Amino acid sequence: MNETKTGGWAIRKIIAASSVGTMIEWYDFYIFGMLAKTISTQFFPEGNPTAALLSTLAVFAAGFIVRPFGALVFGRIGDLVGRKYTFLLTLVIMGVSTFLIGCVPNYKSIGIAAPILVLILRLLQGLALGGEYGGAATYVAEHAPIGKRGFYTSWIQTTATLGLFIALGVIMLVKLNMPDAQFSAEWGGWRYPFWISILLVGISIYIRLKMKESPLYAELKAAGKTSVNPITESFRHKANFKMVLLALFGAVMGQGVIWYTGQFYAQNFLETKCNIEFEQSRTIMLWAIAFATPFFIFWGWLSDKIGRKWIMMAGLLGGIIFYRPIFGIFLTDTNVKEWVIDESKIASLNVVKIINSDTLVNGDTVVLHKKKRWEYSGNHFSEEKYDTLTTTGGRTKYPPLNALGQDKPSALRPDIKPVFSGLSINSASYWKFIFLVFVMILFVTMAYGPVAAFLVELFPTKIRYTSMSLPYHIGNGIFGGLVPFIGLLLTTTYPVDPLVGLWYPIGVAALCFVIGSLYLRNKIDRNIYD
Amino acid sequence: MKKFNAFKRYFGLLFLILAPLVIYELVAGAVANIDSAGKKDINNPVIWIIIITIFTPIAAGLVIFGWYAFRGEYDHLPWKSKELDN
Repeated sequence: MNETKTGGWAIRKIIAASSVGTMIEWYDFYIFGMLAKTISTQFFPEGNPTAALLSTLAVFAAGFIVRPFGALVFGRIGDLVGRKYTFLLTLVIMGVSTFLIGCVPNYKSIGIAAPILVLILRLLQGLALGGEYGGAATYVAEHAPIGKRGFYTSWIQTTATLGLFIALGVIMLVKLNMPDAQFSAEWGGWRYPFWISILLVGISIYIRLKMKESPLYAELKAAGKTSVNPITESFRHKANFKMVLLALFGAVMGQGVIWYTGQFYAQNFLETKCNIEFEQSRTIMLWAIAFATPFFIFWGWLSDKIGRKWIMMAGLLGGIIFYRPIFGIFLTDTNVKEWVIDESKIASLNVVKIINSDTLVNGDTVVLHKKKRWEYSGNHFSEEKYDTLTTTGGRTKYPPLNALGQDKPSALRPDIKPVFSGLSINSASYWKFIFLVFVMILFVTMAYGPVAAFLVELFPTKIRYTSMSLPYHIGNGIFGGLVPFIGLLLTTTYPVDPLVGLWYPIGVAALCFVIGSLYLRNKIDRNIYD
Repeated sequence: MKKFNAFKRYFGLLFLILAPLVIYELVAGAVANIDSAGKKDINNPVIWIIIITIFTPIAAGLVIFGWYAFRGEYDHLPWKSKELDN
């Protein structure tokens, strides 16, 4: 087959059309995860075991089972029918499912039908995502001229991070422009990000409809040389299956954990372990992503000059060496418990609330709630103390209320431990954290930037869509998606070390680094036209 | 090059051992943490079933990878797609 001769403007249009669609799919997939708490309240109420099971399936099955399954289903269609119509189909499925999630009435309105509908739509999202990436990467690579494949496909590599950026930004904008109650209401602001998706998808479908089939695939089809059964050829043919295994264990497995840890895990860590307030933690991520994203393009471009392998391996090595020191700094610089040991060094700003609540739960519980706002070296944080009294059955450490000589006690027990939250860090720490998250996303750009070109070059045209999609989604969806779960497992098993959860991504990245360094070749395959 | 290939082959043995070890650790983790009274994700049996089910074929893939590596199947990587048809 001959080298494709796609001109400058044409290739830019191809990259733009492919990248925008893929970015929107990532956006659609992420907003569900980011709004998981609200979605859970609306559709999966606590105390209902069926709803709890459906919730678990929605979160775990969509990423772990359905994404790789989607890679197989749409990969096969892409190799049998063509790239263009397949990744158009994935876009339609994703867009419609996302919009419909935003239209499902909540559990209170339609009962168990609500979580069932949301589960089905979430699974469809996972299925569509499984088919999208391989199609977009293959489509762009098959249009790219020799010597620029890494550079052109790196635009596709920016989409996952940009999808995250837009999802973070849209949710933050909506949330900051309305009261919490309005955001969380049945038809409240949390639904807007889902509705916005249909506009974005509509535009992207219009653009993609105007695109032509990949020239390499079209040529293969015209010659009658397309695969009859891409799944069998990809995974039952030993020579090709060997390459699938190599791609998974030598590149995408490590890339998946690096991607997930540098972005999702970092954001979650800042919010839940460091207690940094919502707006600041989100803007730290947004700035870091904005600064780091151009490096996807840089590493893609560089991989055309010096090869893909060592750039990807350097990204993995960066994570292996620096994750624990970086997350250690996050913890040290937000160690509120250390600051409050010496009360003379912290200033009480203003007492926002001291509540002797008369909240009665089950008719016999009094909740005391005291909240203070403190300042330490320009960092502001809240200290809250809760004390719940149960006056029946003698299960309280307090004497009976009437023995206190008052209707309600006004003082908290001295042994009540404070809960710290709403930390707003000072400007120096804020920019330091942006830099550290930027460094972690830089590792992501190294591991992820050249990977599309690397995968495309590993497999022949007739089974490329299928062969590259499955290892990619196992690496990204399963190895990457398990970072929080295994992190929680390790933290529970070894509670002494607050950073113990990082051993999972570090271990997977280290294994991948060893396999990649030993078994991968750094050669750039100039000829993918076979 | 011969020494490096021999090194790569022996490294394959590591993956042959590692894969069943991962599955053993996952099953042990499930047994230790599944708790009907617990509220965390790691107490939820459904999640463990999904993860162990999905990880078993992946671990089998690592065993096959280790075996191929040990047999010297990765001593030479194909230069052209035609080699994949052989």
